[in-house]
Amino acid sequence: MAKAKSNTEDYLRMYTQMVRIRTFEDNANQLYLSAKMPGLTHMYSGEEAVAVGICEALTDADRITSTHRGHGHCVAKGAEFKAMFCELLGKAEGYCRGKGGSMHIADQSHGNLGANAIVGGSMGIATGSALRAKLQGSDDVTVCFFGDGATAQGLLYEVMNMAALWKLPVIYACENNGYSEYTKTEEIAAGSITARAEAFGIEAHQVDGQDVLEVNDLARKLVARARKGEGPFFIELMTYRYHGHHVGDINREYYRSKAEEKEWKDNRDPIIRFRAHLVREGIATEADLDALNAEIEKDAAEAVAYALDAAYPDAAEVDMHVYAA
Amino acid sequence: MREITLSQAVNEAIAEEMRRDPSVFLMGEDVAEAGTPFKVLSGLVEEFGTERVIDTPISEPGFMGMAVGAAMTGARPIVDLMFGDFIFLIMDQLCNQAAKTHYMSGGKLTVPLVLRTNMGATRRSAAQHSQSLQALVAHIPGLKVAMPSSSYEAKGLMKTAIRDNNPVVIFEDKLMYQDKAPVPEEEYLIPFGVANVKREGRDITLIGTSSMVQVAEKAAEILAAEGISAEVIDPRTIVPLDEKTLIESVKKTSRAIVIDEGHQSYGVTAEIASRLNEKAFYHLDAPVLRMGAMDVPVPFSPALEDLTVPTPEQVAANARRLCAGELIHAA
Ligand SMILES: Cc1ncc(C[n+]2csc(CCOP(=O)(O)OP(=O)(O)O)c2C)c(N)n1
Ligand SMILES: [Mg+2]
Repeated sequence: MAKAKSNTEDYLRMYTQMVRIRTFEDNANQLYLSAKMPGLTHMYSGEEAVAVGICEALTDADRITSTHRGHGHCVAKGAEFKAMFCELLGKAEGYCRGKGGSMHIADQSHGNLGANAIVGGSMGIATGSALRAKLQGSDDVTVCFFGDGATAQGLLYEVMNMAALWKLPVIYACENNGYSEYTKTEEIAAGSITARAEAFGIEAHQVDGQDVLEVNDLARKLVARARKGEGPFFIELMTYRYHGHHVGDINREYYRSKAEEKEWKDNRDPIIRFRAHLVREGIATEADLDALNAEIEKDAAEAVAYALDAAYPDAAEVDMHVYAA
Repeated sequence: MREITLSQAVNEAIAEEMRRDPSVFLMGEDVAEAGTPFKVLSGLVEEFGTERVIDTPISEPGFMGMAVGAAMTGARPIVDLMFGDFIFLIMDQLCNQAAKTHYMSGGKLTVPLVLRTNMGATRRSAAQHSQSLQALVAHIPGLKVAMPSSSYEAKGLMKTAIRDNNPVVIFEDKLMYQDKAPVPEEEYLIPFGVANVKREGRDITLIGTSSMVQVAEKAAEILAAEGISAEVIDPRTIVPLDEKTLIESVKKTSRAIVIDEGHQSYGVTAEIASRLNEKAFYHLDAPVLRMGAMDVPVPFSPALEDLTVPTPEQVAANARRLCAGELIHAA
């Protein structure tokens, strides 16, 4: 009985976190479309089960590194809407005081070492964080998120080699959403992605990234083993992004069909699937979940309104934080 | 006072800091048992073990990136980059990641790491093992850059670099590793951004970095014999730069030559000269002169290579002409 209860809580939190990501992105998209957000942003919608399934297996002491498509990782690792929307709008109360923006958003206090606008740029950072854990005898684990496109960067193979040689507690999480920008993965990635990790003697898995339970189950097992010094590990998560490469990528039929998008959204959506599971298993009713959704939407709307009204950083901040004291 | 080599000075500084702070560790190619090809780190692995003196594969971007991640999460890595020329391989990790993390995180994350590498031509090592690339790094906000000019500076600046909470790049002149200089037995640190007036003078200021400090000092000797009194200043760190000391000196002497072993165009000499022009213009009696390495890839042949680097005689000749009121680059 006790176990069932804790499962219920875990499940509802995973559901909540996935809906929070989707809701955050819907609002961010609206801010872009209504010209209220400076710059561009990359939506995580469709990939929620990846970030949530993995981050729910981590503690605050565990670290992650994130990517240009980083809002999902940020929410999943414990960030709040207000400071996130403030960051998106370049406001002083943003997590990075408005200096990072969408592509560098991170709530550092929960172990997020930053989103990175250099594709593959954080693979060294994640592996180095794991090296530090090993050197200092600390049992935290670091997860390195990156896209299928980033597997074309040489850095990955340099650091996987060292991680394997030194048995570092790092998990490489490749979010294979089928595209890097406007190019299909099969056009840029030869052979098998998991086999590349296996060539270094790294245990590699491929999972359905649209099934949050499957992702979480695997992540829990690998995180526990990495803590005991059995790492590194590699996971390829098969997923899909619903929006364009970035919010401005609207007419995209030249590289992928509407039918393909519809198929993923209608039949493989991670939130719809998990919701059905929760109802079927009697963990929550449709009404419970509707109420949860409504609460999250209200929360987001309030955070957006707050961020729109929030102050920009003072001009005096422009040359602050170039160097640490 | 005892005299030790620059190589021993670096070794001592690192050993002392590793004893003081268990979060300091070293990584790079052949740093452990081999102690680097220049033998600068010999003996450290015996004292600190392979846990803290880590031999890496030949993966410069990889271990540089790992140092950034280790630094961001509570360690103080010292990265050994075997040759300064390899800095081109690690540019993303150094300039896009290490340098910007503190700023991009709104001051929440810090990257306390030291990248120690080398510079300097005339070792007959040709174009890919001879460059002096400090200007490339000094251009990037968020990085500090130290250029020790003797064993004394090498030790004091290294200790300061290890304790600094920012990424610091130290360029050691690989031809100076065996040069000896007095170094106290007692502990000392050299603060960043404080220039050293090596020799006082009235007529012209010679500003030199790293081994060019010796070149400037030799030039000052030549000039002294002719009755020209040259002041020699070593900025010690080019980021941060002790502008004040340089400007004060030029206000006194009204002439200056800046000497650095990086390529002259768009280089360290240009930056310092330009600041003196902006901030001491009405005190100047002659244009501030830049003397960098020639704008050519470093050639192998000794007959050619020696032509590319400023010499004491060239510095003295230029100083003589500036003091005589001659224009060196008349339009
Ligand atoms: C080093 C580098 N090259 C190119 C880019 C431009 N760029 C941004 S995202 C992207 C595609 C990345 O694809 P993937 O890794 O699969 O991530 P996804 O966008 O699909 O999440 C590219 C080429 C970049 N930011 N950094
Ligand atoms: Mg992709």
